[in-house]
Amino acid sequence: MTRLPAPYGSRINRAKPVRFSFENKPFEGFEGDVIASALAAGGQWMLSRSFKYHRPRGLMSMAGAEADTLVQLPSDPNAQADLTPVTEGLKVTAQNVNGSLENDRDAFMDKLGRFMPVGFYYRTFMGPARSSWLKLWEPLIRKKAGLGVIDLKAPHQDYEKANLYCDVLVVGGGHAGLAAAIEAAQGGADVILAEMEPELGGALTYRRGSDAMLHDLLYQARKLPNLRLMTGTTVNGWFEDNWLPLIQGRKLFKTRAQEVILATGCIEQPAIFRNNDLPGVMLGSAAQRLMRHYAVKPGSRAAMMAANPDGYRVALDLLEAGVEIALLADPRPGGSGGGLADDLRAKGVRIVQGQFEEARGKSHVSEVKIAGEWVPCDLAVVSVGYAPMWQLPCHAGAKLGYDEDTAQFSLTLPDAPIGAAGGVAGLFGAEAVAASAQSAAQTALARLGKDTRDIAPVPDSEASLANFELPVNANPKGKDFIDRDEDLQVKDLQNAVKEGYSELELVKRFSTVGMGPSQGRHSALATARTVAKATSRKVAEVGVTTARPPFAPETLGVLSGHHHPAERRSALHQEHIRLGADMRPVGAWRRPYFYGPKTDAKRLIEEEVHAVRNGVGVLDVSTLGGLEVRGPDAGEFLNRIYTMAYKKQPVGRCRYCLMTNEMGTVIDDGVAYRLAEDLYYVTATTGAVARVYSDMLFWNAQWRLDVDVLNVTAAFSGFNITGPKARAIVEALESDIDFSRDGFAYLDGREGTVAGVPVRAMRIGFTGELSYELHCPSTYAKTLWDAVMQAGVTHGLRPYGLEASRILRLEKGHILIGQDTDALTSPDELGFGWAVSKTKPFFVGKRAIEMRRNKGLPRKLVGLTFDGPDVPGESCLVLKDDIPVGHVTSVLWSPTLNTHIALAYVHGDDAAEGTPVTVKCRNGARVTAPVRGHAFFDPDNKRQEL
Amino acid sequence: MKILTCPMNGPRNINEFQSFGPLKANPDPETTSDQDWARHLFRADNTRGVIVEWWRHVPSNYFFLAERNATTNEVIRTFDPSELEAAQ
Repeated sequence: MTRLPAPYGSRINRAKPVRFSFENKPFEGFEGDVIASALAAGGQWMLSRSFKYHRPRGLMSMAGAEADTLVQLPSDPNAQADLTPVTEGLKVTAQNVNGSLENDRDAFMDKLGRFMPVGFYYRTFMGPARSSWLKLWEPLIRKKAGLGVIDLKAPHQDYEKANLYCDVLVVGGGHAGLAAAIEAAQGGADVILAEMEPELGGALTYRRGSDAMLHDLLYQARKLPNLRLMTGTTVNGWFEDNWLPLIQGRKLFKTRAQEVILATGCIEQPAIFRNNDLPGVMLGSAAQRLMRHYAVKPGSRAAMMAANPDGYRVALDLLEAGVEIALLADPRPGGSGGGLADDLRAKGVRIVQGQFEEARGKSHVSEVKIAGEWVPCDLAVVSVGYAPMWQLPCHAGAKLGYDEDTAQFSLTLPDAPIGAAGGVAGLFGAEAVAASAQSAAQTALARLGKDTRDIAPVPDSEASLANFELPVNANPKGKDFIDRDEDLQVKDLQNAVKEGYSELELVKRFSTVGMGPSQGRHSALATARTVAKATSRKVAEVGVTTARPPFAPETLGVLSGHHHPAERRSALHQEHIRLGADMRPVGAWRRPYFYGPKTDAKRLIEEEVHAVRNGVGVLDVSTLGGLEVRGPDAGEFLNRIYTMAYKKQPVGRCRYCLMTNEMGTVIDDGVAYRLAEDLYYVTATTGAVARVYSDMLFWNAQWRLDVDVLNVTAAFSGFNITGPKARAIVEALESDIDFSRDGFAYLDGREGTVAGVPVRAMRIGFTGELSYELHCPSTYAKTLWDAVMQAGVTHGLRPYGLEASRILRLEKGHILIGQDTDALTSPDELGFGWAVSKTKPFFVGKRAIEMRRNKGLPRKLVGLTFDGPDVPGESCLVLKDDIPVGHVTSVLWSPTLNTHIALAYVHGDDAAEGTPVTVKCRNGARVTAPVRGHAFFDPDNKRQEL
Repeated sequence: MKILTCPMNGPRNINEFQSFGPLKANPDPETTSDQDWARHLFRADNTRGVIVEWWRHVPSNYFFLAERNATTNEVIRTFDPSELEAAQ
């Protein structure tokens, strides 16, 4: 089909043809075409089949709202054919079709409509069995009524996020938006204007006689350096304090605006009559868009229904483009088109009072019935009214009303830095729109503290003419669609009311009206009118359903954005890599799991364990949390935070720390080294230090003790030299610290220099062996590490990883918070009564621990060993009389003891050593083992005090 | 996204903050009955209208208080906890 000549086709580039296919048939469009316009130019008006009845559907709005234009692209389901550009070689297919679009095997569904009344699903698909919905009906309905197909092999694409800030954000780049943005920018504000469509101008790009005005506005807007124009950008919601997501392709701009001016315009509304969904029936604005944007002639012989001046302008446009006007129906009583009507009559157009009563046609409109007369045509255009784009204002808290006189929705804005201008504010005449835009901009400028000027309001010459409330009478034969997405007819909504669902929100839930892709853009007004009439109320009382973000569909990629995996590395990271460590994630950190090739993991890990038990090993403990607690009240503060007593702890000594929450649950442990009267260096577990730091300051915000807490986790690095030969290594280092057995006892702490590096040295460890833990500022970590490794050469010092560390600690029965404890674990359940002060008046959790103690001991953590072939895994259940009473928290093979060792919760009555307990393995086997103490190796703890 | 004005760091996006729940009295554990202590731990008043609640500015680990209308979500004011001490 030939296109209309230039200047029709403002968006297409006729020099660049684009070939693509639809339903495997070749089509040719131009660069700048959307799928729907290129197909229409090729005579293909049917785009899809409807959701429920499989009726033929085509474009209606050209504004990207209705489900009828959704098509399948190779890697993109549910693409909007009236918004998506054609590209060379694109393969487009129809959705919701069984067989082919032309011969849909499910088209018979249309004839079954009377058997599928509103609420049909809820009532019909209940039985026969309880599970019938899931097993039988839902798969069947999904197959019949599905939308697009997701391409699981879709190529990876990059998405970006950015933050934007501005004084004024103008939403919508039509007449009002451009005028408001220009006014605000000229007043000195930093302005962003966001327009959804690929070009600025809104209705001015297709409305009759708007070219000069658009040209002038664009000229002014483009010369303002403080006005950023963003096209193809959807403002997809309004959130508190003027925070708005702007989506431009695969970019998300999180935008904070001091002021927002909503110039979102309005959306033309369809008319309700039988077969109003036939391809070829379209809105006046859609016909104009096809002609002006894409040079597509919407038909050759048109029937028009016009109830406002815009309708008459569309008729004039059609005539000029060579479309014959068979008849123009104006439904208004004494319907007066004024001077525009005279123009039309002068061109020979017949105008009658009346409306479209019914349309006919197989897969395209061929006749329309007006005032009892069947008028042959291949195009039926309706221009009967508008609804404001209420979504964004309603996100912001605007209230939607209905003006019975002008038959249109009206918005009342909330008390916030938000303004509205133009169509969304119910204004249609050009002068009134411009004045409202300038006024909204001046209001914003005033709130921003800029100089302002007075704008006199201009009365709207067209507001009272723009909308006409067509009587909504159900056609006795139906197929008069209110919601095309969901195939809902007038009688469906009337029946929903009859069923007792008189409130709109209930009507919506029962009938699904407004739940489709158009989200009520074309159905909310007719729905409100229908429900109002059926319930004898005013439209304002019925209103619309709640609008929530997002305004338009958004992809998960836009929400997730770029991947920025955060990873913490110790200062010795490169040393571990150099030594061949297998680095594995531990929370946010990466830690050596073991050193050496992966294929040899088991042997290497066992060697690392043996090295510590028989010689000496070194573990990087830099990831351990470090907190400095400083101040005159530091001791009192720790007394309240931890379960033991710290006020009388001597300077130069270390003490275990056990932290409980107010419920008496163990949440962390560590060691406090008293560096001075008023300074403790406290360790916390790697994963919990952030929470411990937060909790400490939260408590002190209430206690108001004279103490300061500093998180020095990243500032300090540390490593633990452990094993029978540990002392030989530290004594070989150049240091002012006396590392001798008598000079540095178990649980002592010393400050000094080692190899010229300032260190905090502690005789603490997790392995049960003689251990020295050296902490130093992270910038010195490599120097100290190198010195230690150098000194260790002659003693066979071996770095060991996390897995060996876990085995070594389990051999000693040392607990890991979070592994061996859960959200209920009390100190008593761990057998840690020794760590809970009985003399302190208060610590967090004390009261709850006492209350729980009075209730008895429901379970206790004990040691178990397993020698047989069946070994339980972590989380396997501990049974008592075949009832679960606890579970295995840790289980590992001990290379030192040549057996499997485990920690497990057993029933409180079974906690005595030697009591046999039964554990259910993963394979179902039940194994019995006698209860032991926690420490499997060196139970008297002699080795750490060597 | 809501903006909350931190007394130390000024107005910041709400996702920089963590809520720590309403300010409540810490009863004396020595004199409170078991039942009342359990109530203190597990029951929240869930008051409608203006409440005072703890907030934490996460990057700076600073705790402060906010007076907020729980019905309208309007923050009336934010203040440093030393004000509580002064009021006592």
